[in-house]
Amino acid sequence: MQPIKQSEVQQALDSFANQEVYLHLETTNGAYASHFNEGFFSAGAYIRNAKVTYTRGTITGDNPYRIGLKMPIGWIYAEGLTDWEIDDKGRLLIAGHDHEGKLAVALELSKEPF
Amino acid sequence: MDRHVLIVFPHPDDEAFGVSGSIMKYIQEGISVTYVCLTLGEMGRNMGKPPFATRESLPEIRKKELEEACRITGIKDLRRMGLRDKTVEFEDPEELAKRIRAVIDEITPEVIITFYPGYSVHPDHNACGAAVIKAVESMAKDQRPEVHCLAFSHDCYEKLGQPDIKRDVSEFADRKLEVIKAHRSQTQGLVQGIKKRLSKENQEFMNQLKTERFWIYKFQN
Ligand SMILES: [Zn+2]
Repeated sequence: MQPIKQSEVQQALDSFANQEVYLHLETTNGAYASHFNEGFFSAGAYIRNAKVTYTRGTITGDNPYRIGLKMPIGWIYAEGLTDWEIDDKGRLLIAGHDHEGKLAVALELSKEPF
Repeated sequence: MDRHVLIVFPHPDDEAFGVSGSIMKYIQEGISVTYVCLTLGEMGRNMGKPPFATRESLPEIRKKELEEACRITGIKDLRRMGLRDKTVEFEDPEELAKRIRAVIDEITPEVIITFYPGYSVHPDHNACGAAVIKAVESMAKDQRPEVHCLAFSHDCYEKLGQPDIKRDVSEFADRKLEVIKAHRSQTQGLVQGIKKRLSKENQEFMNQLKTERFWIYKFQN
């Protein structure tokens, strides 16, 4: 992955718009957060292979970045995004890594199921 | 008769810190070790330091790391169950226990090593241990192998008492460190951290590597 270049990610988001695509969306503190820090309230969620269509996708912010995907009747949102790539299968992978380099958030789009 | 030990863990690096020395010792004694790994740790947060894996490339990378770790440890029979990281507790427990029972029946291990259900922090660890216990409970009492459990929750000593087994594996400490390093995507940050810290802390870390602790599961029924 490389650090996000806003204009390039914007182009990629545009190329997935207005068609059925598969979404992986995830936030995570990891299963050990409350073990190493007992006061820590651990929360996270993920959805894999949700079939979605968005009409407008926008990346904004100033490292870390935010992305909002506007759907006909709803939204997809992620924040804390730092890195991205188009992988060898043409999938758009965007992630946020924390100060230790650990994954904290992921937003991925694919034309085929993950 | 051939002697066998069965290891059942949910994640590719679960064997590295607490068990790999014991595995090397078993293998040195001529005992065959089968390692059943339920998932590929697909949802791990560690991507390498600096990150070299992505959410999508991580499974394949961890699969290769696991194979390398097994090569160093000497494990010849590695089996994966094809489950997904962070979902073990949501699988049908009967189904999972049955799959583990099938492996037990095939290799007839004298000892099974897994996580102590309820005392192993990660939901996958606890669900994995519970499935192993369920599988063994389905066997006739006089046929059951011993189950040696790993536990590391904060309350494990308070609730379970002292471990039943404290195995000195210091002769394997260097190779054990190689096993830990083989799980590069998961342990790179940790290994770098150790190098940076005081040599006294390094010493402490090495001492921890030298003793492996297990609780023998006491079956209620
Ligand atoms: Zn684990």
